[in-house]
This record gives sequence, C-alpha cells and structure tokens, in this order.
Amino acid sequence: MSRRVLVGLVVCLCVATLDPGAVTAQPPVKLTFWSWRVEDKWAYDKMIQVFEQRNPGIQVEFVPFKQTEYNTILSSALTGGKGPDIIHLRAYGGLETFSAAGFVAPLDFDTVPELKTFSRQMLDGARGRKDGKLYGVPFASQTIVVYYNKKIFSQAGVSIPKSWDEFLAVCKTLKDKGVVPIANGAKEGWTLELMAGAVAPNFYGGTVFYDAVTSGHTSFKDPTYTNALARMLELRPYMHLNFMGVDYATMQQLFLNEQAAMFMGGSWEIGFFKAQNKALDFDVFATPPLRGGQVPWVSSFNDGNYGINARTPSLDAALKFIRFTATREFGQMFTDMLAQTSAVPGVVITDPILKHVQEMNRKATPYMMLVGFRWQAPTGSTLLQSALQGMMAGQKTPEQVGDEVTRGLSAWFEPFRGR
Amino acid sequence: MPGSNRSAAGSGPRRAEAPPPSVALTRFARPRPRGLTRRGSQRLWLVIFLAPATALFALFTTYPIVSALVYSLYRWEGIGRRELVGLENFVRLFTTFPYSQLLLNAFWHNVVVFVVTMLAQNVVALGLALLLARGPWGAKVYRVIFFLPVTLSLIIVGFLWALFLNPVFGIVNQLLATLGLAALARPWLGDTHTALVTLTLVNAWRWLGFPTIVFLAGINAVPDEYLEAARLDGATEWQVTRHVVFPLLASAVTIIVLLTFIGSFNWFELPYIVQGVSGGPNRSTDVLGLFFYRMAFGEVDTGLQDIGVGSAIAVLMFILLVTVSVFAAGWLRRREVELA
Repeated sequence: MSRRVLVGLVVCLCVATLDPGAVTAQPPVKLTFWSWRVEDKWAYDKMIQVFEQRNPGIQVEFVPFKQTEYNTILSSALTGGKGPDIIHLRAYGGLETFSAAGFVAPLDFDTVPELKTFSRQMLDGARGRKDGKLYGVPFASQTIVVYYNKKIFSQAGVSIPKSWDEFLAVCKTLKDKGVVPIANGAKEGWTLELMAGAVAPNFYGGTVFYDAVTSGHTSFKDPTYTNALARMLELRPYMHLNFMGVDYATMQQLFLNEQAAMFMGGSWEIGFFKAQNKALDFDVFATPPLRGGQVPWVSSFNDGNYGINARTPSLDAALKFIRFTATREFGQMFTDMLAQTSAVPGVVITDPILKHVQEMNRKATPYMMLVGFRWQAPTGSTLLQSALQGMMAGQKTPEQVGDEVTRGLSAWFEPFRGR
Repeated sequence: MPGSNRSAAGSGPRRAEAPPPSVALTRFARPRPRGLTRRGSQRLWLVIFLAPATALFALFTTYPIVSALVYSLYRWEGIGRRELVGLENFVRLFTTFPYSQLLLNAFWHNVVVFVVTMLAQNVVALGLALLLARGPWGAKVYRVIFFLPVTLSLIIVGFLWALFLNPVFGIVNQLLATLGLAALARPWLGDTHTALVTLTLVNAWRWLGFPTIVFLAGINAVPDEYLEAARLDGATEWQVTRHVVFPLLASAVTIIVLLTFIGSFNWFELPYIVQGVSGGPNRSTDVLGLFFYRMAFGEVDTGLQDIGVGSAIAVLMFILLVTVSVFAAGWLRRREVELA
C-alpha cells in the first residue's frame, strides 16, 4: 500500500514538472531603465507597455532622475557595481565617460541587426572614440533652428529672411515695433553655444570647416571661425536690453508669452512650446546665410542613446528591449508622443513643424563642440561657453575666444599643440 | 556665514555653566556592570557614548577625505580608476591651461567673498547687535526678523533672489525704475562686474541674523558692573563700547571670523543654485567649490569628469582650510587673552 502511494507520488511529481503551466509560472525578468527624462515618463511608460505585451515574461520599469543629478547618480551606482539594466546615455563624449570605463555593454550589427539601417551620423554618436565600438541605440536627432512667432511677424509685416542682411532688417523692424526680436540670453553659457550653433555654420562653411578642424588641419584661431563668431555680436542690439542676465527659463518665457519674436534653440523645444501655450502660433526656419539663394546649414546631433549595463544579470532580456528601441514601431511612437525626430530611419513625421526641421536636415552639419570636441576635459563646449559669455559682455574679442578655445583643447587634442 | 550652519552656542561665555565633565560622567556611570572598577566602568560609558559619533565622523568625514587624497594620486578615464600617477594631477592643475587660470580665478573669488562677507555681514551684524543690546522698542521683534532668513532653506533663498533679480520680470529693477533710478537697473546676476558681489550680498542677507545673535549674546554677557564702573569714570558710550564691550566680545569674533572663513572657502550651495555649476557668466562667480564639483562630476551638459583633478582640488581646499583655520584660531585666541 505504502509502495503504491510512493509510486503515485513520484508519478504526480513527474507530471507536475512536465506541466507546461509550470514553465510560464516562472517569475518575470525585471529590468530597470534609468533616465534623465522626467518629463517624458508618461510616454516611456506607454512604449514599455507595448514592449511588455510583445514580450511576456519581461517587465521594464522606467526610473527617471532629475537631469542635473542624473550623471552623478549613475556614476556612483555604476562604480559601486550596481545601476540599471538599461541606461539612458548621452552621445559622444558623454557616452565615452561610461563606455571607456567598461560600464556599457558593446553592441554590433549581429546582436542588434536593426542598427544597420541607422545613418552614419547617428551611429557616430553611439561609438566609443577609442575603440570605435557601438555602445547604444541612438534615440533622437536634434537640430538647432530659429523659432519665430507667426503672429508677431505678420503684425510687423515681416517674413522669413533669406539672407543675413534681411535677417538684421527683420530684427530692426521688430525692435522698432517695440518687440524684443530675439529671446536669447547669455546668463547660461550653453544657450550661447546653441546660438553659435545656429549662427556660425553658415559663415564658417559648415561641414568643410568641421572636417578641417576636427582633423587638425586648422584650429579655432582660423579667421574663418572667429569671423563667424563675430556675427553673433551683430545680434546683440536685437536681444533683450539686459540679455546678459537672461537665463534659459526666461528665454522660454519671453517667447512663450509672445514678448519676443524669435528664439534660437534646439528642436526639442517644439513639444514644450506647444504644451505650454496652445495658442502660440509658431514655426521654424534656419538661420539665413550671408547671401540669399543659398541653402543654409543647420547644426544637428545625436541626442543620446539607449545602452545596456555591462554587468546586467539579464543580458538577453535587456538585448530584447534594446532591439525594440531600434524598431520603426518604437521610433514612430517616440516621434508621435514626444514631438521629436526619432533616430530610427523610416519614421513618418506628421507634425508640420517637425517636418520643416526634417527638411532643413538635408543640409546638416555636426554641432561643432558637442560632436567634435566633447571627448575629454576641458571640453570644447566648456571652453566656448564661458568665452562666448565674455565676448557677448564685451570683454573678449572673437579672436580671443578662438585662441582660448584652441589653447584649452590643446591639453588633450594633439593637433592643436603649439598652435 | 556662507555654507555654514554650525552653532557657536556653548563655545562662548556659556561654557562655564556646564557641569564639570567628571561629575557628569559619574552621574551617568551609576549602573556599573558587576566586576568592573569605577574607572573601567567610566571608560566603558565613554566608549559607548563616543562610538556612534566616532563612527559617523569616520564614515562621512575621515573616509571621504582619505579617499579624495587617494583618488588624486591616480589617473582616471571617465569614472574608471587607472594607474597611480603620483602628483601628476596637482601638476596639471597648477600648470595646464585652463585649469591653472580657473584655479587662481576661483581662489580670488573666494577671497572676495570672504572680504565682502566680513564687511557686509559681520560688521553690519555687530552694529545691529549693539543697537539691539540697548533694548530699543520692539527689540525682540527685530531679533526675530533679522534671524528669520537663517531659518529659510537655501534653495528657497536662491530661487527667491534669482526671481527678484531677474532682469526681465524681477522686482529689483522694477523697484529701481519706480524710484526714478532706472539707470541703475542692470542684469545683476548676468553682469560679470556685479554678479559675485550680488551673490555674496544675498548670502549675507541670509546669514546676517546668525552673527547678530552671537554678538548680542556676547554683549549681554558683559557684566553690568564693568559698564557702570566705566561710566562712573566718565567714559562716553563710544568709549564704553570700544574699551569694555569690544575686548570682551573677542571670543565671539574669533568664532564668527573662523566660521566666515570656512564658509567662504567652502562656498558652493548658493552659487550652484543661482548661477549653475559653471560659475557664470564667464566664470565671474566661479569659486573653488564649484570648480571642484565641475571637475569631479562634470558640467551638466557635457557630463565629462576628471576625478583626478577634482580630487586634487578637494585636497588643496582641505589643506588650505585646515592650515589657515589652525593658525588663525591660534592668533585670534592669543589676541583674546591680550585684550582680556
């Protein structure tokens, strides 16, 4: 009797282990995804929902941190052997900080075949400078444009300028009508770097100069570059009287409250402007070149990447998620919800303003310091930002700015040594 | 004083009121475990009471200082520690452009902050304390009003003043315009000539109540007999203040000067909140604390770190603060004795 019971129990046990239900009852793999995009959490949660429906057994939790604290939190976690499975990473030098230290898992076309379709310019922002390996899936491209208030323009009887002189004339007309022509300020250096990214490429010759300076054939002391920076000084009379104290938030408020007619900034503002003032009738144009009839250059860059923590215990699941972020489906959701240009090729843009940005990108040049000179400290951006503040305050000439940036970069950029 | 909320209470004249330590310990030592002598038991209680503070101090003060020193001797790649390089990070800090220039620039700004704070905060505080000590009408209310900003969070103070001083919407420039002084209106925090002093004055506004209370306590502790004796000898009010009150205030002055020095050279919070990590515009509000933070943790938008150089700055700041504080404390204490 007891033997029968024993056999019965063994049979039951075998059947139980063979039950396919037991396999699906395995606890799901949980991935954490850290980011600095607090304001985009709602959109990421929705995109993650779609992923989880397609991949039962994997759960992803999106955990955003305050932008200014994100780097510190992430560095501390990674050096402590912790951190998330999926990491929202910056591009170029901001990525290199983590990839060179071995904290990000390298990817390639075999592990993420979707990357094959991405543009070279986007992928360059996901590469380690030293080893040339890919460390992430680019998520967005950003372009520096001039936003303009259509209502103010029509009231002042001006239209989109086609040449630099026309641009200055438009500014003058707007100022005469009592409107602040350009909302930009100088209190935060990075907004001045953006302004340089909007104005300078048309005067230094876009990618031709970019290639020459990044290969070390010339430096930022080149008059081609310093003369281009000098053009920014021509805009000073058309900024707010106290523009030196105008910070980023005030710039945005000036444009949103229709106190300023134009705003030089990144394409990431489109969604924000629309959300903040639904009645704001605005569009974008590229800063006009010296002479009309030429197609203007716009600065653009890879905004950042999604990467995998090299020490994740759930590499397969993380890879599945990373591949999902490289699909057109993800890219489309990203563009539709966040009003930004997804880095995934083939995404259809419906937003009319974003469409204009996409058209301008046909003649895009790398955003100089971010793409070319943010690989080691002191970065080109750090040097340029404070030097430009000095220039706009009237304490430095464009030549001194070029000299300071070149000298600072020579600390790590060999070709500039002794220049 | 900048960045410091350490209380000076207990270090001044009140010290005498505390019971002698041995008496206090004997009182605590009553439940003596069996088998322990009185002295052994006292030691045990000493260890028990000192252990938590020692552990916290070791974990949050000693360990970071030692690790900063160690970090400063290595080469770093991003956040990855590489080989030992000795003093190379210090050499880079002192000899490479732009570090050498930034270091001098930030150090000079710390000096300016110290001098302006001494004048705009501590001298004014002494004046206010002298006035309040005379017990004018509403003295208690004024005392609370002067101390109120000290209780405000620094974040609130920073945001509030950034709003007040905003060149477009701020009330400071609007107020000047209303008073017919529109010509004086300027981007206070954006003008490279005014940004640092403006920021230091905001800081002085925030901390003013603290030295005021410390000086007031010092003045109130001066025995009335001394003052009366001086007045009977025919001393004027100014002579009483100058020759009786001031010498007896020396210990309060020592504390305030030292705290102001440490606060000025450790200054970080307010410039960080109001001007951001880059110490703009054009590094006109850059101080050693911000320079250290940028090197160690990267600029907000570039995020590129140089932990080696960052740690070297931290080590230098530590050496500077400890050396000057020790010498200054010794000198000021000697003066206290001379004056008393």
